Amino acid sequence: MAKLDSKIPDGPLAEKWTRHQASVKLVNPANKKKLDIIVVGAGAAGASAAATLAELGYNLKVFVFQDSSRRAHSIASQGGINATKNYKNDADSDYRLFYDMIKGGDFRAREANVYRAAEVSNKIIDQYVAQGVPFAREYSGYLANRSFGGVQVSRTFYAQGQTGQQCTLAAYQALSRQIKAGKAKMFARRDMLDIVVIDGKARGIITRDLITGEIERHSAHAVVLATGGFGTVYYLSTLAVNSNGSAAFAAYKKGAFMANPSMAQIHPTSIPVLNEYQSKLTLMSESLRNDGRVWVPKQKGDKRPANEIKEEERDYYLERKYPAFGNLVPRDVASRAAKERCDEGYGVGETGLSVYLDFRDAINNQGKNAIKAKYGTLFDLYKKVTGINPYEEPMRIYPASHYTMGGLWVDYNLMTTIPGLYAIGEANFSDHGANRLGASSLMQCSGDGYFILPVTIGDYLADEIKTPRISTDTPEFDEAEKAVKEKLNKLMSVKGTQSPTSFHKRLGHILWTYSGMKRNEEGLTTALKEINELKEEFWRDVKVAGELNELNHELEKAARVADFLDLAKLIVMDALNRKESCGAHFREEYQTAEGEPKRDDENYSYVAAWEYTGEDSEPKLHKEELKFEYVTPVQRSYK
Amino acid sequence: MNITLKIWRQKNKEDKGKFVTYKLNNVSTEMTFLEMLDYLNEKLIKEDQDPVAFDSDCREGICGSCGLYINGRPNGPQKSVTTCQLSMSVFKDGDTITVEPWRSKAFPVIKDLVVDRTAFDKLIEAGGYISVNTGAAPEANSIPVKKHNADRAFEAGVCIGCGTCVAACKNASAMLFVSAKISQLALLPQGRVEAKERVRILVEKMDELGFGNCSNTGSCEAECPKDIKLVNIARLNREYYKAY
Repeated sequence: MAKLDSKIPDGPLAEKWTRHQASVKLVNPANKKKLDIIVVGAGAAGASAAATLAELGYNLKVFVFQDSSRRAHSIASQGGINATKNYKNDADSDYRLFYDMIKGGDFRAREANVYRAAEVSNKIIDQYVAQGVPFAREYSGYLANRSFGGVQVSRTFYAQGQTGQQCTLAAYQALSRQIKAGKAKMFARRDMLDIVVIDGKARGIITRDLITGEIERHSAHAVVLATGGFGTVYYLSTLAVNSNGSAAFAAYKKGAFMANPSMAQIHPTSIPVLNEYQSKLTLMSESLRNDGRVWVPKQKGDKRPANEIKEEERDYYLERKYPAFGNLVPRDVASRAAKERCDEGYGVGETGLSVYLDFRDAINNQGKNAIKAKYGTLFDLYKKVTGINPYEEPMRIYPASHYTMGGLWVDYNLMTTIPGLYAIGEANFSDHGANRLGASSLMQCSGDGYFILPVTIGDYLADEIKTPRISTDTPEFDEAEKAVKEKLNKLMSVKGTQSPTSFHKRLGHILWTYSGMKRNEEGLTTALKEINELKEEFWRDVKVAGELNELNHELEKAARVADFLDLAKLIVMDALNRKESCGAHFREEYQTAEGEPKRDDENYSYVAAWEYTGEDSEPKLHKEELKFEYVTPVQRSYK
Repeated sequence: MNITLKIWRQKNKEDKGKFVTYKLNNVSTEMTFLEMLDYLNEKLIKEDQDPVAFDSDCREGICGSCGLYINGRPNGPQKSVTTCQLSMSVFKDGDTITVEPWRSKAFPVIKDLVVDRTAFDKLIEAGGYISVNTGAAPEANSIPVKKHNADRAFEAGVCIGCGTCVAACKNASAMLFVSAKISQLALLPQGRVEAKERVRILVEKMDELGFGNCSNTGSCEAECPKDIKLVNIARLNREYYKAY
């Protein structure tokens, strides 16, 4: 049994990363060019890592399922990226960002990792500015900042509502430069279907060329997964429709532990479900809560148009319940509060499953142009999707599956439990505990990719300089390729009657109902049963159109849904195991008198890391105890 | 509503391809265009027919994956939307809708409505960046940038690389795409250092990749889902003249 060693360096919190950088092993430039690294996924995390590693001299092979790495879903990140520049002179510091994230994550993240994320944040902004990211600026020419949920300082850098796009493209361009230099090779339209482990070390991957259907082998001295989150397991989510959990799940099945898989963020401000055909949900950035006020009518079932409801008839429930943070409470709190109002019958819109996000007061106070300058692209986006003009009527919003705090377990070096296999960005679990604060995802992805992994991976590769190029002609590659082909053949040969998407929808419904914003033992147990039944039905009745050896989106979907069915089970088991409420994981049995999450620090102050033990046996739970040396876990309060 | 679809079907790169007509009933005006294609595909799968291949990912108009020629116009009749943002409410009961892939020498068809836009990546690889290594950046506020310039750079930087501009252009020119990147970087002091070299390389690369010339008809600007302005092309030309 592998023992979980988080490898947190000694020393005071603020010095750990500096000391670690000074003590890691190095690879000299002449040796770097003998070493190959595979990076799977090239959004903000993967592209920044691949570019930086290539600049250092390693040989990079980069794999994405899209036609271009510029399309990775980091591109859709909207509101901003945090850094502790303290340009606003509002007493911000690394410690404050660290504390906000630890508290925002409801004391379920690792102190040392979170502090490091805060510590490298400033260099990320420097880097992006140098790369040409057109962040918002003041008339003075200096960078502008805004505030975000769960914090009381203004530390968020932004480019209207398209910050992720600008940062992702900067990383994409940096990677493009390395492709031109011959240090990185791009393999686009490839699905990673398995990890190859040789003598206990990650040495390669098996991919499917999505155009020809060819199964390929690729080898390297180390493999990095930057494959994002698996929020699409809920079917409807703010993610791209092709975002998936298959690469991470393949790693899990090869021995990488999966940490806190049930910790999934339901984002409070998405455009609500409008009809039964809907294929995805569109996010409205959290930054809108800086100026937008959230409300529902005070009277149940009030069907009047929003503008006809007078001020005294409106319930600004976030401001009422959480006067200190008001509309800027963290996402988990805002989502649950919206659900609570709607469940009680105060929701608006035809379905009653939405609340208002209103800019009337902000427009009256600051003028339409000021609001347009801050959120213009978001307002346009809202209008395109709904046909409603948010300058004149309030937006209608509702929570939606968005981000997974859980993911592959990694140590301080971002290495999984498989030596030589790393997970960065949303694909790992490390920095956000039980709830992620806004504008900290781009920050973490970029920090992992530009500044952390390039240091820590050297420590591992320093011992690999004598390892020659890894051959793909080995029994391990044979076996992995065979397993992949068998799985695909099996999917094709079911020849049932129902499409992969129809199963995905049903799985999403089960998870949303029983393992969404509120969970309880009975519901989770029902979910397990229903998932098992659905899985059985899937493998009996799925219908995959098309052929193996061609561009076949149905086969891609089927393979992903097959993994989602297994992943969903793990999510529910994790949610069942954690008999406490923390952050986004809200077990109804464990709440305070005021309906807030009630943690159980005595029994659950740990990271739940699950080990795969075989198709027919239950996964094994490992616990990484969380030690809080610098903060004292308290009941989170945003009142 | 009930509609008739005439969709370009092409098995692979080598296949000649042809239009195939499909009747589709009970289409909701609440669907997006791509959800309508999803609905068609679910029907085709039920009927043991091969579903229509098309690219899409974010479905919120930012990744640039989708992009179809709809009734002779890139992304259909609505202004300033990507194909994934096009609503079926713009169509009427009984309409016939023609759906084609992007048509351009630089974007060969892979299958049905899926095209290969690698040429755009090749352009960025050729020089669509600022050559700064990780860790070499100075403090972010050490170089103030005029707000006006930063805002113009952002307006150019919002390009999603979907290929609408090339598809809309009778010459299949990539000028709007390239000029957006040239503009974004040339407007910022960080990008000025390499401005001359960048514009020379990118203009040359455009020709090499088989994109056509720009004859200033402005169809790219008219159809761009992100409202990238023609002024960027003027800026590219100015940068190009300055570079020699």
